Amino acid sequence: MGLLRAVLRHPSGRIGLGIIVVFLVLAVLGAVGLTPHDPLKQFVVDRLKPPSATYWFGTDLLGRDTFSRLMLGIGESFLVAFASVAVAATAGTLIGLFAAWWGHLWDGVLMRIMDVLLAFPAILLALLIVAIEGPGVVTSITAIGIVYTPIFARVVRAPALALKAREFVEAARTFGSSQGYILSRHLLLNLVAPLTVQITLALAWSLLTESGLSFLGLGTQPPAPSLGVMLAESKSMMTRAPWLMLFPGLTIMLAILGFNLLGDALRDILDPRTRERTA
Amino acid sequence: MNYLAQRLLTFPLVLLGVSLLVFFAIRLVPGDAIIAMLGTEAGLLTEAQRASLAQYFGLDQPIVVQYGRWLMGLFEGNLGISVTYGKPVLEVIIARFPLTLELSLLSMLIALAVGIPAGVFAATRADRPSDLTVRVFAMLGQSTPSFVVGLVLIYFLSATFRILPAMGTFTPLFEDPLGNLGQMILPAITLGFSFAAAVTRISRSAMLDVLSDDYVRTARSKGASQRDVVWGHALPNALIPVVTLSGVEFGYLLGGAVIVEQIFALPGLGRLTLDAISQRDYPLVQGAVLFIAFNFLVVNLLVDLAYAALDPRIRLGGK
Repeated sequence: MGLLRAVLRHPSGRIGLGIIVVFLVLAVLGAVGLTPHDPLKQFVVDRLKPPSATYWFGTDLLGRDTFSRLMLGIGESFLVAFASVAVAATAGTLIGLFAAWWGHLWDGVLMRIMDVLLAFPAILLALLIVAIEGPGVVTSITAIGIVYTPIFARVVRAPALALKAREFVEAARTFGSSQGYILSRHLLLNLVAPLTVQITLALAWSLLTESGLSFLGLGTQPPAPSLGVMLAESKSMMTRAPWLMLFPGLTIMLAILGFNLLGDALRDILDPRTRERTA
Repeated sequence: MNYLAQRLLTFPLVLLGVSLLVFFAIRLVPGDAIIAMLGTEAGLLTEAQRASLAQYFGLDQPIVVQYGRWLMGLFEGNLGISVTYGKPVLEVIIARFPLTLELSLLSMLIALAVGIPAGVFAATRADRPSDLTVRVFAMLGQSTPSFVVGLVLIYFLSATFRILPAMGTFTPLFEDPLGNLGQMILPAITLGFSFAAAVTRISRSAMLDVLSDDYVRTARSKGASQRDVVWGHALPNALIPVVTLSGVEFGYLLGGAVIVEQIFALPGLGRLTLDAISQRDYPLVQGAVLFIAFNFLVVNLLVDLAYAALDPRIRLGGK
């Protein structure tokens, strides 16, 4: 609760959290079917209608309601983002912890594997994985999860190494605490702050990567609405129906902005050492 | 062991890892190389034809031997034959690479030209309204995907001026420099947009750091003008993190080019990779991914070496 209060006191934290909460509510309402119109239904007489009281954000070429589709699209994008960051954070944290704890050869081998993964630009590695698995939501989650694993491994390893050398860990070892207890109680618990910051920022990147993959036609597959797919579809009609481009574009931007702002605020609050150095 | 030696020693190891990953990743694709090459016609092959094809491509060998042969081929620049082009993969890649390289360099130039002055400007006016404005724009810039920037640019051009960026046929730089630049400027802005925002943020915070250093205070107390202090004394040191960022970001520009080349219909390496994926041209996918990762690694190594050369604390392995 103290953290929540601190976030709300922080100007960018307040805005970021506000944006995320609004989008989460929209996504949940969309997921349970509480959209203004059926997002997949084609109102054939109302094709390419500009925004109005009936269709708040207008309709597309097939007469589908843009606002309803956006609500589902946000859900789809958030699902991929949250799931892939969960994969990356779990795998990366375990790898970073064990690399630091076992040390020596393990450290070298594990971190070199992470270096190899980092040698690929994110979207390229994701493309390679999509090429193997075929496009789809599960592939997107796997791909983005793998792409961001090394970042978590690095974020965890360095402080874990420092903690390992501290007296209280030494003491716990001497009086026979189990490895699992030391790793979870003494190391992991002290890494919660940097991990929270990293997870929030990673959510912004994974939204970016997911919408990029979908935009290229390699993420969520139509007719399921996804922000990237909606934007890609808007390109051919942008002069006739600019709202088809405007609203999904703004939505993606705001969603990413929300997590970036919250991430920055959390870094200020949880990691005072970097406060001066970040913009 | 000092930093330089360590960096140079692990470089080939990481390269080897990258080649292993790409080689085995492509082999995870359902179906073997023969099916990938012939498509449904592979079903018409007799057992004997299949076996002889497998032997010809070395597919009858154990996987380790196949990898060894492939790796030896890499040293000779042999990345295999593209299924769709019927030409050596390296040749196809080299033909497309100049465009992507130019696009990346151009967008980097734009990002640095916008980001460094903006960052310095904001740092010298820290916490004043002008600083806040720069920071808000940088935050927005960093949160805008390149395809949104690209679509908005195309929209405004076509809606306001009724012109569309020249798409389709590409004008090489050395044939018609102006025509080429006219074609590349929008894609370069698109690709450099969020990078410019990142440069702004990094140069602002680095500048703020340096401005509070003792040597800057000394320069000030000796009566150096504000301009001398900022641009002459502080900036060179503040640029170090910007150089590091640029090295890392260069790889992302190469990757990001995939999306931008797609929007502006530019025949670069990114589009080539994308097309290769949809056409299931696995030798080409493999070659292109390897090529981009290799470039990324080399650029990062060069940046690290340059960085070490500039900063003795890093060169000597201390903190």
